[in-house]
Amino acid sequence: MRALCWEGANSLAVRQVPDPELRNAHDMIVRVRRSATCGADLPLLAGRSPFLAAGDVLGHEFLGEVTEVGPQVRRHRVGDRVVVCAAVACGSCWYCRQGLYSCCDNGGASTAAAEAAWGQPTGGCYGHPRATGGFAGSHAEYVRVPYADVGAFTVPETVSDDRAVFASDAAPAGWMGAELGEVGPGDVVAVWGAGAVGQLTAQAATLLGADRVIVIDRHPDRLRMAEAHTGAETLNFELTDVPAELRERSGGRGPDVCVEAVGAADGGGRPASLAERFTGRRDGPVEDPLAVREAVHACRKGGTVFVSGTFTGFVDTFPLGAVMNKGLTLRSARQHGQRWIPMLLDRMARDELRTEHLATHRLPLDQGPAGYALFRDRADGCVRAVFTPEG
Amino acid sequence: MVRMGRQALAALRTLVVPRRRSRPDADPRPGRWQVVTVDRPAAEVLPGGRWPEPLRPLDGAVELWLRPAPGGRGTELAARPLGGVATLPGMAAHLVGDDPGLFLRDTLRRVKQLVETGEVLRADRSPMDRPAVPG
Ligand SMILES: NC(=O)c1ccc[n+]([C@@H]2O[C@H](COP(=O)([O-])OP(=O)(O)OC[C@H]3O[C@@H](n4cnc5c(N)ncnc54)[C@H](O)[C@@H]3O)[C@@H](O)[C@H]2O)c1
Ligand SMILES: [Zn+2]
Ligand SMILES: [Zn+2]
Repeated sequence: MRALCWEGANSLAVRQVPDPELRNAHDMIVRVRRSATCGADLPLLAGRSPFLAAGDVLGHEFLGEVTEVGPQVRRHRVGDRVVVCAAVACGSCWYCRQGLYSCCDNGGASTAAAEAAWGQPTGGCYGHPRATGGFAGSHAEYVRVPYADVGAFTVPETVSDDRAVFASDAAPAGWMGAELGEVGPGDVVAVWGAGAVGQLTAQAATLLGADRVIVIDRHPDRLRMAEAHTGAETLNFELTDVPAELRERSGGRGPDVCVEAVGAADGGGRPASLAERFTGRRDGPVEDPLAVREAVHACRKGGTVFVSGTFTGFVDTFPLGAVMNKGLTLRSARQHGQRWIPMLLDRMARDELRTEHLATHRLPLDQGPAGYALFRDRADGCVRAVFTPEG
Repeated sequence: MVRMGRQALAALRTLVVPRRRSRPDADPRPGRWQVVTVDRPAAEVLPGGRWPEPLRPLDGAVELWLRPAPGGRGTELAARPLGGVATLPGMAAHLVGDDPGLFLRDTLRRVKQLVETGEVLRADRSPMDRPAVPG
């Protein structure tokens, strides 16, 4: 089959690779109909993960049609149209039972690197290196889906592919920021980042009854889109004093909930050199979390800062003093999609949650490298490039 | 067991949070207990008191204990080399390699996966192991 392979820092190519195979009884194979780019791919694309190998297939947000099921798969059959949660989880360990699916004990096949980096291995993810528990990515004609009954969800007939594909990652990540940030009626919510995750966080905050939602970014097209589709106000951080604006718009208190949906890709990281990739050593600055820092400073006393953005390693210049002195709650997670996807698909079916406008560029898989260039450079108003391997 | 290339291992070392005083790869107590919590009652962890498949090659080389985990979290299953690493017999010593802690944790994890999910999750095969089918 054809797949979009990582070849080295900032280099991608569509190549012929072996078809995926059933490896476990709970696996199924999905023929991909939509597969989206994500901010989480940018550090990988730039070569900032020491574990990504040339030939690895990227992509973790996808929707498709079941073509093969393993003997233990009960909920799906060949022909089902499913959206698959980007996080791989078993559904039967203690973490899964608590709803902490992305922390699943059994979701990653190889875990030594994850254990060494994080202290304990976490769940798996498509389109991420095998050494950290990852599985082959979805920018391909076919994908293997482990624990298919747990991670794949049949899409209601009335929900289009272009809408439902966002239920794979960006929509659950957005919902998580608002729900675990404990957004409620009367709250002022600030969201850093107007990518798909930030915009869907803003939509979730509105649905959860926030009084005022403020989205912060520097790309006017993304900010315009957030205003048009999420009911949020926006701030351009290049043109205005964000802390002062937030103070003014929250009665001097500061926002009750601050969600960071930016991550390392945009926050002062730089690509690793070839030598650094091989040795894992970086002489330059570690990730500098500008948006997290601003969120911590802006947040009202006793409020919550939720970090949705992806950080790949260590972060410096973190304002721990403000966290302590203001009594903040700091939370973060990779999305626990299995917990929210059925509800999100319901909302999509009821037209309460619309996402298709985020797919600004629909391209055949063969144009994957060009799609990533648009997405990475935020060119031509690109918010998400969505690939159609069949087209 | 996860096999990683030398480059990946070198990278891994620098990702690891530095531990106090000891090198990250030097456990001062190589014969220490490795423990995993299995989200099931003891009777399901070692059904009929028999060792589950992933542990069988280590029969006679490691000792086990089992106890209920606090807070209704199932069962804690622990293993350590009998008499310390140095005394592991031929095949077991070979299997355990030079990081017995990692090896035992990995084995316990397989037991846990088998009990909790019914199978051991297998990684994708790398394209290098499999020829591409043109088409
Ligand atoms: N937690 C999860 O499960 C999960 C899931 C998906 C994505 N993510 C992460 O969420 C983040 C956002 O994802 P995305 O796909 O929307 O990314 P994206 O790259 O499309 O968008 C990030 C946006 O942040 C903006 N930004 C950069 N610096 C900023 C600053 N200082 N203040 C405000 N905005 C700033 C950028 O201009 C950009 O529009 C990424 O780090 C991604 O890896 C997390
Ligand atoms: Zn994603
Ligand atoms: Zn699990």
